[in-house]
Amino acid sequence: MQWEVGSALNIASILAAVIVIAAMLIWVERRLLGFWQDRLGPNRVGPFGLLQVVADMIKIFTKEDWIPPFADRFSFVLAPTIIMIVVLLSFSVVPFAPGVGIVDSNIGVLFVLAMASLGAYSVMLGGLSSDNKYALLGSLRAAAQMVSYEVFMGISLLGVVALAGSFNLREIVLAQEGGWFVVPQFIGFIIFLIAGVAESHRLPFDIPEAEQEICAGYHTEYSGMKFGMFFVGEYLGLVLISSLITVLFFGGWQGPLLPPLVWFFIKASCFIAFFILLRAAIPRPRYDQLMSYGWLFLLPLSLINLLITGVVILSANQM
Amino acid sequence: MRVPSTVSVTENLNAPVGVAAVDYLRAVFGDSILYEQVTCDAIPTLWFAREDIQRALTLVREQPFAGKRFEMLLDLTAIDERVRVNRTGQPASEFTVVYHLMSFSGNGDLRLKVPLFDNDLHLPTATVLWPNANWYEREVWDMFGIRFDGHPNLYRLVLPPTWEGHALRKEHPARATEMDPFTLDDAQTDIQQEALKFKPEEWGMKRASEDSEFMFLNLGPNHPSVHGAFRIAVQLDGEILVDAVPDIGYHHRGAEKMGERQSWHTFIPYTDRIDYLGGVMNNLPYVMAVEKMAGIEVPERVKVIRVMLSEMFRICSHLLFYGTFAQDVGQLSPIFYMFVERERIFNIIESICGARMHPGWFRIGGVAQDLPQGWEQRVRELLDFMPARLDEYDSMVLNNGILKRRTQGVGAYTTQDAFDWGVTGAGLRATGYEWDMRKQRPYSGYENFEFDVPIAANGDCYDRCAVRVEEMRQSLRIIKQCVDNMPSGDYKSSHPLTTPPRKEKTMQDIETLINHFLSVSWGPVIPPNEVSMSIEATKGINSYYLISDGNTTSYRTRIRTPSFAHLQMIPTISRGFMVSDLIAIIASIDFVMADVDR
Repeated sequence: MQWEVGSALNIASILAAVIVIAAMLIWVERRLLGFWQDRLGPNRVGPFGLLQVVADMIKIFTKEDWIPPFADRFSFVLAPTIIMIVVLLSFSVVPFAPGVGIVDSNIGVLFVLAMASLGAYSVMLGGLSSDNKYALLGSLRAAAQMVSYEVFMGISLLGVVALAGSFNLREIVLAQEGGWFVVPQFIGFIIFLIAGVAESHRLPFDIPEAEQEICAGYHTEYSGMKFGMFFVGEYLGLVLISSLITVLFFGGWQGPLLPPLVWFFIKASCFIAFFILLRAAIPRPRYDQLMSYGWLFLLPLSLINLLITGVVILSANQM
Repeated sequence: MRVPSTVSVTENLNAPVGVAAVDYLRAVFGDSILYEQVTCDAIPTLWFAREDIQRALTLVREQPFAGKRFEMLLDLTAIDERVRVNRTGQPASEFTVVYHLMSFSGNGDLRLKVPLFDNDLHLPTATVLWPNANWYEREVWDMFGIRFDGHPNLYRLVLPPTWEGHALRKEHPARATEMDPFTLDDAQTDIQQEALKFKPEEWGMKRASEDSEFMFLNLGPNHPSVHGAFRIAVQLDGEILVDAVPDIGYHHRGAEKMGERQSWHTFIPYTDRIDYLGGVMNNLPYVMAVEKMAGIEVPERVKVIRVMLSEMFRICSHLLFYGTFAQDVGQLSPIFYMFVERERIFNIIESICGARMHPGWFRIGGVAQDLPQGWEQRVRELLDFMPARLDEYDSMVLNNGILKRRTQGVGAYTTQDAFDWGVTGAGLRATGYEWDMRKQRPYSGYENFEFDVPIAANGDCYDRCAVRVEEMRQSLRIIKQCVDNMPSGDYKSSHPLTTPPRKEKTMQDIETLINHFLSVSWGPVIPPNEVSMSIEATKGINSYYLISDGNTTSYRTRIRTPSFAHLQMIPTISRGFMVSDLIAIIASIDFVMADVDR
């Protein structure tokens, strides 16, 4: 077996790496938050508390897998699997390095967006099937938030697609050899970043699960491994958004001296850390404020960005 | 009810508002006033018959006295008089209802009392005059079984709906050991479960409007942002609040009943746990009230020590408020930074008092010990590091754009609303009304300190927070003056009722030895009297109304707490907002459930 895109070894190692990294993020996030908040974070289990992840896993796997009697069993079980599946599927089009990846799809960008839309079903079903008022409020909020922020997410990427001339993520990376797209597409980058946080519903965009307001939102009734899937799904989403930002705006694996995979890892880690810092720093806007911010500010901005990019590309081609 | 035009009273515009009110009421009611009682707190106290009380209250509320009004019903409570011995001159009464009215414009108090008898326990409601009478009257019904005619929903407030008896009546046992062992069989369980069922109609809410069906959300008693065991039944149309009805009593421990059981001295630690974030500041109104009845003058040094520790606890309490406020609008980190500061202050408090949150350190006639060696240096360290940290928090929390958008214009009320609902403290000052007990009625030597009373203009969530933040800076100023000017002298008064009494002379003469022995074993005997003492606590006006019947325990201990009044206002200020706003409103009120339920 060799390292080529789509090989069985490639698929297995990417799947394993992504899930392990997502699980490790639980520890990373708690330690980093602790560091920024003048406290220690988990440091008891194993060196630097690294085995905390293992302890958490043992706990979550051995917990009673309880389904509330009043819940709709089928969709209650289905909901957490959807989020895991769609996020993992999205990773299949991400080009990590030359020769490392699962699929070289010509519609990579569209595929990722399509999967993100399906992810909305997970939170909606999870909330609705729980038959819990807090969960209902959470999934109402989640549905509204995800549907609106997907719009800007898609539009913000069109500038990149136009510049690269392809929907293929690997080709988008290759098109950045001369310079990262973050420079010409800075506004697109910012909008994608914001929409990305909203998609993975983390603070400040965690209104579907705002614990101070609606307990745990759509996953209030979940426990054990099903909760674990929502939990890891959220971290997978974080890794995915960071990888996508790296691919779309920061030249993917490209960089001097170090091996490509290392460059990819470094870049993606920076964004993961940035998202965690964001969580430590910013309060949560209100639901209606988030909506009006999206529709009245981000949508026009992303359209203007697209318009200007188009004009610049067209006039450059004519010269 | 209008004032009869035949009455003409020559008004002395310079008279204190209480005196003017009494003159006026005398002119209107003449012999109908049953009795004019003299209490040692010098608050004019008039007894009215049940038939006259509503008219008297209306007059007091509507009529300006010497140009000043009684804006607030500060407290409404009752006394079970049936076993009271020392009530010479007072009208015959088995249960007395007490109205404590407060004038802010005239800076004075007035107390009205109504005698009632056990076979005929009812009187007209005051809810038509002051909306905050609602909960107070429910509490009196709950605790004494006195009915208020015309009250909109006279249900139990703090005790469970299935409770038998009225807990503050003298015949009701004070301890579980005086009752039969508690059992809960199946039939009883069903009864209890049935009583707990939520029926919106009982809470004054409709199930549906013309065009939509409402959702009822049960927020609490266990919910991440209700700050303790507190329940709000929320009526929702989408995410918009149609109504929010608070339900209290989950933290009720019967502190007032314990006051009738503990000796004057051993009740002090219980006061710490009323507003459990206020620490020794809770001791202050209690010990000052007892000292007033006993006639104890405390030395200057005691006053300054008490002020210094109270202000430290004010900072601690406000820091916790500040952090949780930020956290409730979704900012995760500030609470951790503020806990670090709070911890440093607790360390200083611990080195002085020997305990952190509830030192129970003030004593009748003094404090427990003198200040330890080297206290100055530690307090000066606090004064050095705090201001810079407070500035940093301003940039982190108060100047944050998202936080401003979440809290400005949310949960706003006017000064008049605050008076109507009994809102005091930072909640009142945020509406732009400058009133601070420490300035207007200085106690424990506050008149000797230089400090400002911060106010704001809009009375919304943001302003309530901003006022408290500025108060922390003022508290630091006060603490600095305490350190710079700490008087020398005794940490305890030499009055014989000081508890525990001074020991120096006990081995010298037999009288002092006997006195010391009795005072330590039984506790002091406080001469019969009535007193009410208020302070500016961390959350508003905290007041103790004590009645001594010439015994080693209090005959009646009434604790007026600010949080109780503030919670009652939640429905009025949260209607029409969203669930997230309700959380911000709750956070901005800064209450402690032990302070509500007692």
